[in-house]
Amino acid sequence: MSIRSGEIHAILGENGAGKSTLMKIIYGVIKPDTGQIIWQNKELAIKGPAHARQLGIGMVFQHFSLFESLTVAENIALSLPEENFPSLSELSKKIIAISQQYGMELDPDRHIYSLSVGEQQRVEIVRCLLQNISLLILDEPTSVLTPVEVDNLFKILRLLASQGCSILFISHKLSEVQALCDNATILRAGKITGTCEPKNTTTENIARMMVADDSAISHSYPRAQGKAIVLQVERLNYQASAAFAIPLTDISFEVRAGEIFGIAGVAGNGQAELLKLLTGEFIDHSDAIIYKGKRLGCLPPSERRRQGIATVPEERLGRSAVPGMTLAENNLLTGYTKGLSNRGWLNWQTIRRHTDEILQSCKVKSSGSQAQARSLSGGNLQKFIIGREISQQPDLLICSHPTWGVDIGAANLIRDELIALRDAGKAILVISEDIDELYQMCDRLCAICHGHLSPVGNTDDISINLLGQWMTGEFNAIEAVTELADSHA
Amino acid sequence: MDIDLVQNILYASVRNGTPLLLVALGEMVCEKSGVLNLGQEGMMLIGAVIGFMVAVSTGSLGLGILAAICAGALSAALFGFLTLTLLTNQVATGLALTIFGTGLSAFMGTGYIGKTLVGLQPVNIPYLMDIPVIGKAVFAQDLLVYLSVVIFLLIIWLFSRSRYGLVIRAVGENPEAAHAVGLPVLKTRYLAVLFGGGMAGLAGAYLSIAYTPLWSEGMTSGKGWIALALVVFASWKAERIILGAYLFGFASILHLIMQGSGYDLSPNILSMLPYVATIAVLIIMSRKQTMTRWLAPKSLGESYRPQS
Repeated sequence: MSIRSGEIHAILGENGAGKSTLMKIIYGVIKPDTGQIIWQNKELAIKGPAHARQLGIGMVFQHFSLFESLTVAENIALSLPEENFPSLSELSKKIIAISQQYGMELDPDRHIYSLSVGEQQRVEIVRCLLQNISLLILDEPTSVLTPVEVDNLFKILRLLASQGCSILFISHKLSEVQALCDNATILRAGKITGTCEPKNTTTENIARMMVADDSAISHSYPRAQGKAIVLQVERLNYQASAAFAIPLTDISFEVRAGEIFGIAGVAGNGQAELLKLLTGEFIDHSDAIIYKGKRLGCLPPSERRRQGIATVPEERLGRSAVPGMTLAENNLLTGYTKGLSNRGWLNWQTIRRHTDEILQSCKVKSSGSQAQARSLSGGNLQKFIIGREISQQPDLLICSHPTWGVDIGAANLIRDELIALRDAGKAILVISEDIDELYQMCDRLCAICHGHLSPVGNTDDISINLLGQWMTGEFNAIEAVTELADSHA
Repeated sequence: MDIDLVQNILYASVRNGTPLLLVALGEMVCEKSGVLNLGQEGMMLIGAVIGFMVAVSTGSLGLGILAAICAGALSAALFGFLTLTLLTNQVATGLALTIFGTGLSAFMGTGYIGKTLVGLQPVNIPYLMDIPVIGKAVFAQDLLVYLSVVIFLLIIWLFSRSRYGLVIRAVGENPEAAHAVGLPVLKTRYLAVLFGGGMAGLAGAYLSIAYTPLWSEGMTSGKGWIALALVVFASWKAERIILGAYLFGFASILHLIMQGSGYDLSPNILSMLPYVATIAVLIIMSRKQTMTRWLAPKSLGESYRPQS
């Protein structure tokens, strides 16, 4: 791939497609095994981020490296070389000059913690601009921004490009790429699968290059028809309080016994918040969540578990399992209500036997129930966690990214286990980014985007293209579904 | 109340508060870099006994003070080596340092109990010391009091104007990010710890050479602990620390005044007063929780393991 000066070039791809790795190579954080980088007609080996900055390459990372208790000017001062350390007042003037030049309002004397995420991002951009860059790399800059902030960012980027600065824009949001970028390179599983001019290419075609083609959805399980409603969510709203949280708006859906309900969506569109509200990590006071006809209200996670709701969160180490504890102890963490303890007394024999059963039934490769959780590979640990939750025979299982970063064998086993649980008449909610997986397992599907939920349809009635549109927030593509549903009826 | 009494109260408050000011400022710099050193009491005692011993045996107060600073810094270096290089737990190591310092100073000082020394004399600044009310409190003190104020001003400057102050704060907030930006995390922390130790040693010397020129076991009477509380309640702000220190100084002479004016209160309650009063006032000052949260060095007490 190549990029001209003054060009806004998009790097598109799913999570884990290798976008960030490629950019980190260009910025010198990671060294490539083979291949060459040609910068301004010279072949170069970029030695490190400092070298890249000298060459005029700047990068804004997805997670900012700012010191929260320092002011804007102080943060920028720290990243400048020591020799030409300017006085803070001089620097403030420079910051104001640059920020006005590009229409970014920025007060150099404010503390980082008092800034919104969009403003923090501006600080990072200004930090790059102060170093006279000719290539700016932005790693998913919009994933943490509100729509208005995104518009502002785009204005700034267009202005920068018109002045000859090249921009590499990493994203998985098609609509944004179409609005902003001149060219796009599409990555999938570490390979370039295509290039295009986003403005003259349909969303469907780009989506096809990004995700697997339809033929990949070959191995399929028989679909099931849901029965009684187990979980009902009615007009759930959530105001984000933390800096990176996404607000949820009017989320309504229901999950029935004996079905797998899937929520597709690109990470950071409110899935994490929804999951926490359902499990009780965040408490929603509006009584929007109804489980088996009862309002969950303010019940804490432990109480929800006791009532038969099991959860498999996204992060394995730290949220699903405690790294430094043995598997037996980790089993006890969520299983303590299910006969593993007797009036507060632990029966270690039962716990170990029960853990060994899980290890066997889920084919977990480990040195036994006394192995530390952190010693297991990601896939094996995930198998153990899924097995642990399933062994409790929950009435509702909520899993987030159940096969994320898991090899194919383990993923198939996990899916088999989930299907078996479904066939046993339990309700399952799967939140995932992996579209193939959702098509493979789910009986009904919908997508989440910016905290809004798309319409819901039977999986077989939703084409990949339609789902792709839903994932980018184009919900009015609903007609297609109803038509399809009608034709089925 | 006559002017003379007020003048004397102010004078004594400043003198009384100075050792606390010295330790607390040192600990503040240390904590700003993200290192929590609970060994203040121990380092003060080591400074006090070494300072007194050197001063008595050489007859030079200056040498005694210098030796006390070095002794404090040396014991802090031990703490730094354990916590920063060997990555031991900062809380446990600090407590151990206090216990070690208490024992060592008592052991070393046995031969010096009862010896006397002509202490540090006030340096009167002509004309200025005659200013009514505050003249004596501000301009008729000894050199160490003046020095403590100079250090206070330097620290204010350090954290508001200089790059070094920024580096210390950055290291204390997020050592990983600081390392990524290219700041020397370990060096900064070592220097901050050594500074804290030197200040504790100096505070000890002030007690044994200037304030009450003698050595007695445990003569710091918990000032190191109060300093630790002072730093937190002052939200790591030097100007609040100086206020708190002089307030403590005032409260600790209050019982003398009250006895003098005939109030009959249990001496136990009166001796509690400085501690209670200082903490109470500072709690009220740091009521605004959100501010304290952002002022506290985020990585305080956490070991930083540099990535290769």
